[in-house]
Order: sequence, then structure tokens, then C-alpha cells
Amino acid sequence: MFAWLKKPASETQITHGQRLWLYVLAVIIMVLLVTPTLIVIPMSFSDSQYLEFPPRVWSLRWYEHYLSSPEWMLATWTSLKTAFLTMLVATPAGVLAAYGLHASQVRFVRAAFLFLITPMMVPLVLVAIGVFYVYAQIGILYTLFGLVLAHSILALPLVVIVIGSALKSYDMSQENAARSLGAPRWKAFVTITLPQIRFAVVTAALLSFLTSFDEVVVAMFVSGGDNPTLTRNMFNALRDQIDPTIAAISTIMICVTTFLMVLAQIFGQQRAAKD
Amino acid sequence: MQATPANASGLRVDEKLERMKLFGLSSPALLLVLVILVIPVGWLFYVSFLGGNGQFSLENYQRMVERSSYMRIFRTTFEVSLVTTGLCILIGYPLAYFLSQIPPRIANLCMITVLLPFWTSLLVRTYAWLVLLQKQGLINEWAMALGLWDEPIKMVHNMTGTLIGMVHIMLPFLILPVYGSMKAVDRDYVKAAANLGASPRRAFWDVFFPLTMPGLFAGTLMVFILCLGFFVTPAVLGGGKVIMVSMKIVSNIELFVSWGAASALGVVLLALTFAILWVASRFLKLDQIAGGGH
Repeated sequence: MFAWLKKPASETQITHGQRLWLYVLAVIIMVLLVTPTLIVIPMSFSDSQYLEFPPRVWSLRWYEHYLSSPEWMLATWTSLKTAFLTMLVATPAGVLAAYGLHASQVRFVRAAFLFLITPMMVPLVLVAIGVFYVYAQIGILYTLFGLVLAHSILALPLVVIVIGSALKSYDMSQENAARSLGAPRWKAFVTITLPQIRFAVVTAALLSFLTSFDEVVVAMFVSGGDNPTLTRNMFNALRDQIDPTIAAISTIMICVTTFLMVLAQIFGQQRAAKD
Repeated sequence: MQATPANASGLRVDEKLERMKLFGLSSPALLLVLVILVIPVGWLFYVSFLGGNGQFSLENYQRMVERSSYMRIFRTTFEVSLVTTGLCILIGYPLAYFLSQIPPRIANLCMITVLLPFWTSLLVRTYAWLVLLQKQGLINEWAMALGLWDEPIKMVHNMTGTLIGMVHIMLPFLILPVYGSMKAVDRDYVKAAANLGASPRRAFWDVFFPLTMPGLFAGTLMVFILCLGFFVTPAVLGGGKVIMVSMKIVSNIELFVSWGAASALGVVLLALTFAILWVASRFLKLDQIAGGGH
């Protein structure tokens, strides 16, 4: 242990001992980053109204309350449907756009790219109230259709960025080879290019799903009526009081996200290994 | 195939046509952004210039300059954004540095602590802080048990809670690009500096730190821009005491149904955001910033 402290830690010959403060600080920061999220999990199994940690009496009552509530079930179902449909809209649209921009090399490609990632830069509140008004005018407010379109433009920049960077490290001359052997362009894309960027496509699809599933502000305005999202109901519940049911829902959401994150990491690593 | 002039020009036309066709593949996406983003925001822009009588007027903007309450909101927004960004740099840079210096296998493991909050729903994280920071919450309870303070301290529904929550939510947006640029630094430069007699401190500040500036700049920009338009966390943790521009926009619509006032605020917020991005783009490619967060 003491020998390790005296060992150089980097090229500058600084020792681990001299860097001890950095290690301690980093560990504290890392603990602070994860615990607030994770501590909700045990608390959700508490029997008390006040969410104790550690729970004095364990119980599943908040989960029962969540699962037996028609409102929460409706909201969960809406969120899942919306996220799934958003994934189905944003991923193909984004993949086509990224491929089109990458392959065409026309002059205004950069401008088009920046245009496609603007939804990332415009403050969400602005998108929310603008879309709210337009939807009210054309009568698609509180519909799944409208919500999916709105979430799709929020997911689109991520898809375009992920696919775009995957295409950058892909050699397009492979596609040209297929075409010179007689394959039409779409066939060359589907059989040669697509399989090689498939991990990026899966990552992009997962990101689209999560973007929609976690989105609050647009959903607050555009979802409701027969189609309220989970996040919308959670936000409204948070404004009133600390409802322990939210802890149970949060735990479920953390599990869903962690599962998707692990999937994305696996695909990401395969992508990295391939490159 | 003969390279006659006619053929060559014919081919050139074909090529142009094909390129346009390929570009056309992006049309569904472009159309989507146009219809769902540009038209609604353009309409808000239009409405912001309409007065109470439906005529062109600047009254919505005038109100913003004249009323001190609006000025206060803008000041709060900037204060919260600046302090959050500053804290994120102070906390995030050392952590990114730590992650870049340890062996990759351990770094990947530690990276989970950054990625887990990054992927977890923002609402869930905000809720967690609400639970932890409240009067009967865990932090008050433990601090009093340890004798740090005697009375429960109010840490939520005010500025403190807002800042804690926002820093926690923004940190990954800073750490990820900074870490990326740190990994890209050629460690031989640092070695060379040490070889030439620089102390570890000097090698860090004169060689390593300047090389990580692009990542730090991208992360800072990203965090600041996100903070300016942030809604959920200040709305929940601020308890109505910290009013940011985005919250005023929402209350203008939800409580007062005042589209003119809300739109004008939105236009100013958007203009500020784009102005900052435009200035930043003179130093940094925008797509780099966009890629930085992910």
C-alpha cells in the first residue's frame, strides 16, 4: 500500500500519494452521482407514507397501488406506445437522412445537417407551446399521432448524429463495388451498407425510444385526455405532494433504462470492436 | 464507353441528378422538422408581434423591458445558468481527469457512474432529490443524527435545491465531452514536458489543460444552453421561488392564456440561445458540440 503511494502515477512522475486528493475527490463525486438515483429503489419498498431509508417496514403497497390504478396503467401504456412508435418514425427517417446527406455530397449538406439537429438546440418549452397551438388548430391535440410526431423531431438529431458518425468510418467504395457488379443503389445499401452500420442503427433506435419515454415538457402540453404519458402524470403529481407511488414508478423506470443502457453498451462495444 | 464531350456532359448531368436523388432521401426528416418545429416556432414569432387588439405592436417586448418582474426573471435565469455551469466545471473537470488517468478497464467501470444518471429519466432524478432534500428527508435526518445541524434545514423549494438538482442533471453533459478530449490528448506531449524538466503541475497547466480546451468549451456551452431553457428541475425543486424564463412562458400559457407575452419571452430565449451558439460557432464547429453530449 505505501509502496504504491510512492509509485509514479503518470508520465510526469507524479506519485499516487501526491494524487490521493484527486482519487478521494473522484470517489466522492461518483458516489454523489449515483446514490440519489439508486436510493429511491429501497425507499420504494417502504410501508411508510414518508419514504424512509432504510425502510422500517417493508411492503409492496406502492407497487400494488400503481398496478391497480387505471390512470397510471393508461399513462404507462401511452408512454410505451408513444416511445415505440417514435422509434419507428425517427429511426428510418434519421437513417435515410444521414445516408442521403453522407452520400450526396451536395453543397448544402452542412446546412441541412445543422437544420436537422436544430430541435436539439431550440428550448423545449418553445417547441411545446408552439406545437400545442398548431395541434389545437388542426385538431390533433391529445392524440397519439401528434405526440409521436413531436417526439420524433426530438429524437431525430440523435439518430442523424449517431448514424452520421458511423457512416464517416464506413468505406463507401464497398457500395460502389456492389453497384458496379450490377446491384441497384437501394440493394447495395440494404445488403452491403446497412448490415455494417447495424449496431449504430440499434443504438439510434434505443436512443429514440428513451428520448420519447423520458420526455416531459412537450408531453405536458401535447399529451392528455385519453393519451396522457407517464411523465406528464408524474410531473403533475410532483407539483402537488410527494406521492410514494412515484418512488415505485421511478424504480420501474430505472430498471427499464438500465436494461436499455446495458443493451446499448453491448451494441456500442461491438461497434467499437468492429471499427 | 467513349469519353466524347457530349457523353462527358451527359454523365455530369446524370451525376448531378443522382446526387439530388440521394439528397432527396433526407426529405422526410427535413419535412418533419419543418412542419413540427419551424412552422410552430415561426407562428410564435408572428404572435409575439401582435398587440391586444390583434394589430402589429411591440407591446409584448416593451412590457419585458419596462416591468422589473421580467428583468428579475432574466437575471435569475442567467444566475442559475452561470452558477450551475461553473459548479459543473469545478466538479466535472477533476472527475473527467481522474477517469482519463486511470487504467481503461477501471475507467470503463467508473464511467457507469456518469452514464447511469445520464440515461436515467430527468424526472426520476429530480424526484429523488426532492425526497432526499425535504425537511423530513434523508439528508436532514442524517445530518442531525451526526450532529452537523440541530434544526432541519430547508434545502428544497428554493435556490439551493434548484442548484443541487441542476448541477446533478447537467454534470454528464460536461464530463462526457471533456473526457473525450482528454482521451484524445497525446500523452507523449505530457511526457516530453516532464522530460524537459516541467513539474507535474506545470506539465498539467501548460500542456495538458490547453489541449483539453475544445472539450471543456463544448461541454460548458452545452450545459449553459440547456440551463437557459430548463424547465422541469427548477419547476419542481424551486417551489415557485426560483422563476426562470421557461417557467414564466409556461405560466403565461397555463394561467393567463397570454400567447403574446409567452411568445415574446420564447423569441427572446431562442434569440439568446442562437446568439450564444453563433458566437461559439466562430471558435468551434457546431456539429462537434452536438456530438459532444453523446
